Amino acid sequence: MKFAYYPGCSLESTGQEFDYSIRAVSKALDVELVELPDWVCCGSTSAHATSHKLALALPAQNLVIAEEQRLDPVVPCSACYNRLKTAEHAIKTNDELRKQVESLLGCRFTGEVQTKSALEAFTKDVGLTAITKRVERKLTGLKVVCYYGCLTSRPPEAVAFEDPENPQSMDKLMKALGAEPLTWSYKTDCCGASLSITKADIVYSMTGRILDAAVEAGAQAIVTTCPLCQTNLETRRRGGIDIPVFYFTELMGLAFGLPDTNRWFKKHMVDPMPLVRSLTETG
Amino acid sequence: MNIITNHGPEQLDFNFIKEVKERSCQPVDLCYHCQKCSVGCQVASYTDFRPNQIIRMIQFGLKDELLKSTAIWLCVNCETCGARCPNGISVSAVTDTLREMALEEGVPAGVKNVPLFHQAFLNSVKSGGRVHEPTMLVRYKLKSGNLFEDMKMGIDLFKKGKLPLFPSRTKNKDQVKKIFDRVKGTGFSRCGQNFNSASIEERG
Ligand code: SF4
Ligand code: SF4
Repeated sequence: MKFAYYPGCSLESTGQEFDYSIRAVSKALDVELVELPDWVCCGSTSAHATSHKLALALPAQNLVIAEEQRLDPVVPCSACYNRLKTAEHAIKTNDELRKQVESLLGCRFTGEVQTKSALEAFTKDVGLTAITKRVERKLTGLKVVCYYGCLTSRPPEAVAFEDPENPQSMDKLMKALGAEPLTWSYKTDCCGASLSITKADIVYSMTGRILDAAVEAGAQAIVTTCPLCQTNLETRRRGGIDIPVFYFTELMGLAFGLPDTNRWFKKHMVDPMPLVRSLTETG
Repeated sequence: MNIITNHGPEQLDFNFIKEVKERSCQPVDLCYHCQKCSVGCQVASYTDFRPNQIIRMIQFGLKDELLKSTAIWLCVNCETCGARCPNGISVSAVTDTLREMALEEGVPAGVKNVPLFHQAFLNSVKSGGRVHEPTMLVRYKLKSGNLFEDMKMGIDLFKKGKLPLFPSRTKNKDQVKKIFDRVKGTGFSRCGQNFNSASIEERG
């Protein structure tokens, strides 16, 4: 299996361990990721919030490159995924918008590629059967809550690849790895990451709701698909909460028995090693 | 027709709803104020107006009040409102339009730092094609004046090697510059129709 890979700016900085773990588990599953040559920033919230045109043109530039490569782009960051998928949806469903974007970029779209979030690519394209087969050390006894965030679910008509109110793909993946996903109500709530730098007071209260609910559900860890959520939930939290936040690909690597996992975990702002060690001791 | 607001009677401005509908392509006149959007809104408890109030104010033509509100800048575009509205209205798409209008008309933002951050972010994209977080954050801090806020977080991230000193490169820098130049021209709505507007970087 072969995909184009769009890392996005965060995976080169705050989300490095997401990038490392995605590349490692892809290799372990014989999935070839070809980094999109000369990809450009998707514009993220800043383009979305201030310029409708930039918010379409920047992500669409990456779709042009993916079409040249004839490969479906896999996008790990939920914010980048949301922007690329929204642009793809606009181009594929509205001819007027397609023509507008084409004239901004000086290109023609064929509409042949399909943007996928990394979670979708692993759970649907690669599939849980192949993943289960690769598990060497089951994560038995690990209680987690799966946090999907807002950007892979909404707007549903453009970006959702499963039920936007109660998604299941990550929960099923965690089960396949031997962990125990718990039921909770905050799966697709927003952590407020886009206000993290500008309105920290509000963000502490938004992350607080999510972190408290995870602890209350009895989770030992939160599992996420997004570098903005992961960083926000680990850096914008009140004192006294020590629940770690993992990328789903890191737990795949752990269950696959990959050698590099400690290098990823060292990058975390909340040390997950006590929990990881307790698993290896009991498991 | 007049409406009584906190600041006394005001003329109802029906051009406003027309403009918002045309640009956002949302059927805002269908709203019957069931408040489903406001109940699910992730930031409603921190804003001056709730999502359904935003729609009501558009119906009443209260443009000035809305363009200077905190609500349009605190909306995080989580799209909970749009996913749940029985009438297919995305308040998120509406706040996108209102923010653009506020920028075009030079209305001071209800939450000053949010557009400053967006501007620093987009300037970074414009110059390198990708965001270089350390320089972008320093530029934002200088503009917003909160230079020492979050210093500890920055140092912690740096120690983890998460704030690389050198930006990553794309050979598409020229194409990105071209895109930023071209978006300065005629605007188009969410359904692709043309209208006249300007963009944020022109305000520098
Ligand atoms: S959910 Fe829709 S109809 Fe109900 S108040 Fe909000 S915008 Fe109006
Ligand atoms: S998109 Fe904005 S208005 Fe709608 S629910 Fe989210 S924060 Fe509230």
